[in-house]
Amino acid sequence: MKDFWTRFRFNRGAVIGLVILAVVIATAIAAPFIFPTSPWKMVQRPFLPPLTQNGLPLGTDALGRDVLAGLAHGAYVSLLVGLVSTVVALAIGVPVGALAGYFVGRVDDALMRFTEFFQTIPSFALAIVLLAIFQPSLTFVIIAIAIVSWPPVARLVRGEVLSLRTREFVEAATLQGLGNAQIILRHILPNALPPIIVLASLMVAQAILLESSLSFLGLGDPNIMSWGYMIGAARTVIRTAWWLSFLPGMAILLTVLALNLIGEGLNDALNPRLTRKSE
Amino acid sequence: MSLLSIRDLCIALPEGADRKYAAKDVSFDLAPGEILCIVGESGSGKSMSANAVMGLLPQGVKPVGGAITFDGQEVLGLSERQMQDLRGRRISMIFQEPLSALNPLMRVGAQIAEVFEAHGELAPQERRNRALKLLEEVGLPDPESAIRAYPFQLSGGQRQRVMIAMALALEPDILIADEPTTALDVTTQAQILKLIENLRQSRGMAVIFITHDFGVVADIADRVIVMQTGEIVESGTADEVLLRPQHPYTRALIDAIPRLNQHDDAEQPARTPVLSVVGLNKTFVVGSGKLFGKPRVVKAVQKVSFELCAGETIGIVGESGSGKSTVGRCLTRLINPDEGRVMLDGADIAHMSGAELREKRRSLQMIFQDPYSSLNPRARVSRILTEGLISYGTPRSEALEKARDLLGLVGLDPSAMNRFPHEFSGGQRQRIGIARALMLDPSIIIADEAVSALDVSIQAQVLDLLADLKTRLNLSMLFITHDLRVAARICDRIIVMQKGAIVEMGPTGKVLHDPDTDYTRSLLDAIPGQEYERALAEAG
Repeated sequence: MKDFWTRFRFNRGAVIGLVILAVVIATAIAAPFIFPTSPWKMVQRPFLPPLTQNGLPLGTDALGRDVLAGLAHGAYVSLLVGLVSTVVALAIGVPVGALAGYFVGRVDDALMRFTEFFQTIPSFALAIVLLAIFQPSLTFVIIAIAIVSWPPVARLVRGEVLSLRTREFVEAATLQGLGNAQIILRHILPNALPPIIVLASLMVAQAILLESSLSFLGLGDPNIMSWGYMIGAARTVIRTAWWLSFLPGMAILLTVLALNLIGEGLNDALNPRLTRKSE
Repeated sequence: MSLLSIRDLCIALPEGADRKYAAKDVSFDLAPGEILCIVGESGSGKSMSANAVMGLLPQGVKPVGGAITFDGQEVLGLSERQMQDLRGRRISMIFQEPLSALNPLMRVGAQIAEVFEAHGELAPQERRNRALKLLEEVGLPDPESAIRAYPFQLSGGQRQRVMIAMALALEPDILIADEPTTALDVTTQAQILKLIENLRQSRGMAVIFITHDFGVVADIADRVIVMQTGEIVESGTADEVLLRPQHPYTRALIDAIPRLNQHDDAEQPARTPVLSVVGLNKTFVVGSGKLFGKPRVVKAVQKVSFELCAGETIGIVGESGSGKSTVGRCLTRLINPDEGRVMLDGADIAHMSGAELREKRRSLQMIFQDPYSSLNPRARVSRILTEGLISYGTPRSEALEKARDLLGLVGLDPSAMNRFPHEFSGGQRQRIGIARALMLDPSIIIADEAVSALDVSIQAQVLDLLADLKTRLNLSMLFITHDLRVAARICDRIIVMQKGAIVEMGPTGKVLHDPDTDYTRSLLDAIPGQEYERALAEAG
C-alpha cells in the first residue's frame, strides 16, 4: 500500500487530477448546503454576465437562474451518473468476461458474440435509442450508459482471465480440489484487478461525457440540472452569452481530465511492470 | 597486455534495494583470446558487472567508482554516442533468451544487415552476402533459407546461433555472453559451447562468459571469477578454482553440483504399483485448419505406459518438446488425455469427471517449476496452504494446525503463515509449494521441473528435502526434469522421452552408465563438465 502511494505520487499529473476531483466531489456534497434553493429557481434578470452582481459571481442564464448553483448541483448529477453507471457496467462486464475467459470454447463463443452485438452498434446511437424507448429519468440515463459501456470491460477481463487461467497457481488450485467459482473469485479475479481499476476510472469520465451529450440533446432527465443540460440550453445564445456554454463546458473538461489523469496514475501505480525497470 | 581491465568497479543500486552495491570493488583483467567465466548465483552481480562494460545498466543503477579500461581507453564516462560506436564494433553481447532478443517481425538476414547499417558499414548488397557468410560460420544448416526466415521459424539453438552471428558481424574484440545456453537443451548447449570455443580460436576473440553452471565453466573457461553478493570471492585459472577452491563459498557451490557418477542401483525390493499408466496418448491440434491451410498436429504423448511403485521415484527426462510435462499434466488431468488409462488404486482417473475425479485427484499432487507463478501473489501463505483442505471439508482450525506443522517439516518458520509469497526467496517459495502439495496427504507427488528455476545450492537443499520427505511420508514421486544430473541424484528409475514417446526406461545406474539407445547416449555425452567431474572424483 505504501509502495502504491509512492508510485502514484510519482506521477504529478495524477496528483493534480486527484486534487481537481476532490474539489468536484466536495462541491457536489456541499451543493445542497451552499445553495439550498433549487437551481431551477429564477433569482435575477436573465443574461446577467459573471462578476457583475454580488451574490451571483457567475451570473444568470436565459431564464435568470443562478449559474453557480447550477454548476454545483450539476457536479452531483455528473458524479452520480459517472460512478453508478460504471459500477453497473462492471457488474455486467466482469462476469461476462470472466466466464468467457475461464470456460473458453462454446461459452466463450456465445458470450463474445453477444458482446460483439453491442460493440458493433455505435454506443452513442444505442444510448439515444434506449432513452427514446425508456422514459428520460435519471435511473434510465444511468442504465442506458451502463448498457453501452460494458463491452470493453468484458473484453479486457476476458483477456486477463485467459492469460491468468494457464498460470501455475491456478493449476495448483485446481489440483487442490477447488471449484470453478472459488478459482475465479479468489485466484483469478484479484489478480486481474489492476487493469480493471484503471479502465473503471476512465469509464467514469466516459460516462460523464455521455450523460452531458445526452442532456445536451435534451434526452436527459428534464427535472435534473446537469452540466450537459446547461450547455444544451445555452446553445441558442452562444453568440450573445458565451459564458453560459463555456462555464459548464469547463466543468466537464476539468472533471474528465482529472479522471483521465487519475487513471493514468493508477496505471503507473498498479502496473509494477513499469516500475520494475529500476529494480 | 590486457585488452580489458576493470579496477575497483562499484555499481550502486537505487535506494531501497536489498543491498547498497550491485557490484563492489570488482577488479579483473581480460587478455585477448581468453575465455573468462564469471560464476555466481542469481543476484550475485555477475550480469551487472558485464553490463557496465557495455554501458547497459538498468535505469537507476549506475557505476559510482572504479575504472573500466578497454584497449587503453577509459569506458566509464564515455558519451552515449561514443558508447554506441564501441558496442557491436569492439564489444558485443549475446543474451540468455534468444527469442526475446530478436525482433519477431524482422527476417534474420535483415537483422544481421542492420548491424552493419547501424555502424555505416558495407554497401547494402554486400551486407547480405556478409550475413550469409556469418550464418554459415555459426553453423546454421542451409543459410540460404535461414536468412529469409523469421525468428519463430527457427529452433532455440538456431536463434542463439543467429544472435551469435549478429554479435560477430563487426568482428568484435570481446564477446560478452550472458547465460547464453541456460534456456537451451543440453545437446544444443553442447553445440553452442563448441561453437563459441571454435570462434575464439579462429578469431582470437576474448569471451566473458557469465553462467551459474559449473559444468559449463569446466568445459570452456581459461580463467574463472566467482562472485557472491556483488563481490569477487575467488578468481584464478580454471584448474585452480575448480579443483582447488580456496573460498568456502566456492567449495559449497562445487559440492552442491549433483554428481552423475555417485549412483549405484540398490537392489529393488518387490513393490506394488500404485499408479499404472497404459497407452497414454495426447495430440494437440494447433489452428482450426478451416481458413489458413492445414492444422498443425503435435503428437505430444504417444503410447506412454509405465508403472510407479510405492515409495519409488521415477525420473522422466527429455529435451524441451519431448512431451514429459504433458505426461505429468495428463496424469493429474490438468490436460485431458485422448486415449489410455491411468490406474490409481484400481480406478481409471483418465476417464473420470466431476466429484469422482475431485475425490481421487486428492492423492495426486503436483509441485510446479516456477516458484514465482505457482503461488497466487495476492493470497497469504495460510490461505494458499489451507484452502484445498478446507474445500474437502476439513475444519479451518484443523487445516491451519496442519499447515503450521507442514511449514516446519519443509523447513520454514510458522510465522510464514501470515506473509505474502513475494516476501520469500525462490527456494523458500518452492518449499511453500511443496508444503501445499503435501497438505492433502497425497500418495503420489509429480514434480515438474521443480528445481530448474533454482540456484545450484538451493537446488541441492530442495532435492534433499524432497528425498527426505519421500522416505518419511512414504511417497511415490514422478520427477520430471531436463537435467540428467538432477535425475541422477534423486531417482530410482529413469524414463527417457523423445518426441512424445518413451525411448528408454530402466534403473538409474543402468540408464546413466550403460544406456541401450543412441539417443540417451547423446543426451549423456552432452552433459557439460563430465571430465571435470572425473577429475574431482580422482582428487577426492
